Amino acid sequence: MAKAALVIPEIPFQSRGLDRKQTWWERLRKGDEVVHLITLAGGWSILVITALLVQHLWVYSRLSRHAFGWHFLVDSTWDPVNGVFGAWPFVYGTVVTSLLALAISIPIGLGSAIFLAELAPRKLSNALTFLIELLAAVPSVIYGLIGIFLLIPVLFTVVPYFQKYFGWIPVFNGTFYGVSYFSASIVLSIMVVPFIISISREVLIAVPVSQREAMMALGATKWDVTWRAVVPYARQGIMGSIFLSLARALGETMAVTMVIGNVAQVSTSLMAPGYTIAAVIANEFTEATGDLYLHALIELGLVLFAVTMIFNALARLLMLTMKGHEVVG
Amino acid sequence: MRASYPPLSRKITNALMLALTGLCTVLVLSVLLTILGYLFWKGASSLNIDFFTKNPAPVGQSGGGVKNAMVGTLKLLTLASAIGVPIGLLGGIYLSEFAGGWSAFTIRYTTDLLNGVPSVVMGIFVYTLVVLPMHHFSTLAGGIALGIMMIPIALRSTEDFLRAVPRSLREGGLALGASKSETIFTIVIPAAIYGIITGILLDIARVAGETAPLLFTAFGNLFDSRGWMHPTASLPVVIYNYAISPYDEWHRQAWAAGFVLLSGLLAVSVISRLILARGKKLSHG
Repeated sequence: MAKAALVIPEIPFQSRGLDRKQTWWERLRKGDEVVHLITLAGGWSILVITALLVQHLWVYSRLSRHAFGWHFLVDSTWDPVNGVFGAWPFVYGTVVTSLLALAISIPIGLGSAIFLAELAPRKLSNALTFLIELLAAVPSVIYGLIGIFLLIPVLFTVVPYFQKYFGWIPVFNGTFYGVSYFSASIVLSIMVVPFIISISREVLIAVPVSQREAMMALGATKWDVTWRAVVPYARQGIMGSIFLSLARALGETMAVTMVIGNVAQVSTSLMAPGYTIAAVIANEFTEATGDLYLHALIELGLVLFAVTMIFNALARLLMLTMKGHEVVG
Repeated sequence: MRASYPPLSRKITNALMLALTGLCTVLVLSVLLTILGYLFWKGASSLNIDFFTKNPAPVGQSGGGVKNAMVGTLKLLTLASAIGVPIGLLGGIYLSEFAGGWSAFTIRYTTDLLNGVPSVVMGIFVYTLVVLPMHHFSTLAGGIALGIMMIPIALRSTEDFLRAVPRSLREGGLALGASKSETIFTIVIPAAIYGIITGILLDIARVAGETAPLLFTAFGNLFDSRGWMHPTASLPVVIYNYAISPYDEWHRQAWAAGFVLLSGLLAVSVISRLILARGKKLSHG
């Protein structure tokens, strides 16, 4: 002990090396390394869960994947009794409802975001945004409840008038039963609009003042400034919010199941009942008899998972680059 | 000349478009108020004491309640918190205090992706993970499904609030001779505790309304569910089953259950914001 204390100060570089070795033990003794390892386990459990999720979806859909291959996605026969499974009606329904929902919610959401970010005083804007974000806190099954008992009766009185004038257009013709692609799209658009508003508002607020001042100096009106200088500057973040909403709309289950009618058919008319991937899983999963049936439903889950992951990943990337943008700008 | 610039047409476009944006906001807000108003009106008028104290009555009889579903939801949330909160907290501490570089990026990105997994897919996952090996639906499976769904938000909100703690506080702790772990547990976490609690409360409120993952895990039950190994009723699943049923009495109870569920969620949402506001006040003076 005493000898070491004498020697080490004379060889500083070696002592540093010794220190480092001892420090790890010291840190372990103090608890730093223990805490590090335990929290590391917490963080890595996310990766384990995600890997397990992918593995389970893949393994438990093998029968269906081997039996139908890629035809699974484009065949339109869904016949559990004879063991023939084609998911086209569900894929079609999912795409149609999600796109229509976005077509409704993008203009309204973007309009509100512009109002809240550019026009409303900050205090009012914060209060209104808090209220709008409450919409995102409402569970999807409650949207379904409202959809069945409030939206559909209202649509029943409105749609016939609408069809009287526009019924000749193929997408609006046919008998209206209340449950339809259209009803599902309206419910979905209400569910995703808070996401578009709150994210777009954030990125609009983050646009530098100089961007606005430069446009104003050119003699632009308030609207010109907003539409030509502010919105284009924030477009990546806005696109991010749209992709996020799309992923959410594609995967939305309960509210859609309750208002879309659950009929496995492909119709050009938006007023006809249909089906979506998430809805068929919710409805048939617990009743699936036989492994092939179950595996076909899990393959639908796998498809849904893959598609929503792609859009989520895109959204996150766009918003990450947006954040980099902010720092630079 | 100056007064006529910008031209009238552009002034009109300006006024029109700005008015339209205001209209959009009014539209969204009126949808919100309609939904809340209608739910509270229908729900409150459908409530009675039996609703809280009795189990479902047989089909065709009036009366009965959803006591078992409320108990079931509480049990599911307890189990979910027991799984989601510790993992989320640990992961959040790791990301904020220890991780760096690719490890932090990978975990953060995967967490965000896991957060975006459709709830129905999470239901399938837990079905294959827990229900298939056990051969029956159970409270345990439902709790695990909700617990996994809680992790991403618990983790990211914990990380965000820990990151917001000023660096100088950490340096102060280390300068006093405390080890890194002592600094984290006695200085950093207490400084962020109000935010962390808020994040977890909001997280619980979010999974409390989840229905799709419970359909194939906790399933449903018309009676009390004893222990953790049997199927259990839960409020969201009861709302779904009653809403799509053909009976008026069940519709009435679906409204009442929706009212109870949403009031609970909104109350938690408001309370957690109050906690956050109080925390800010404490830390600023």
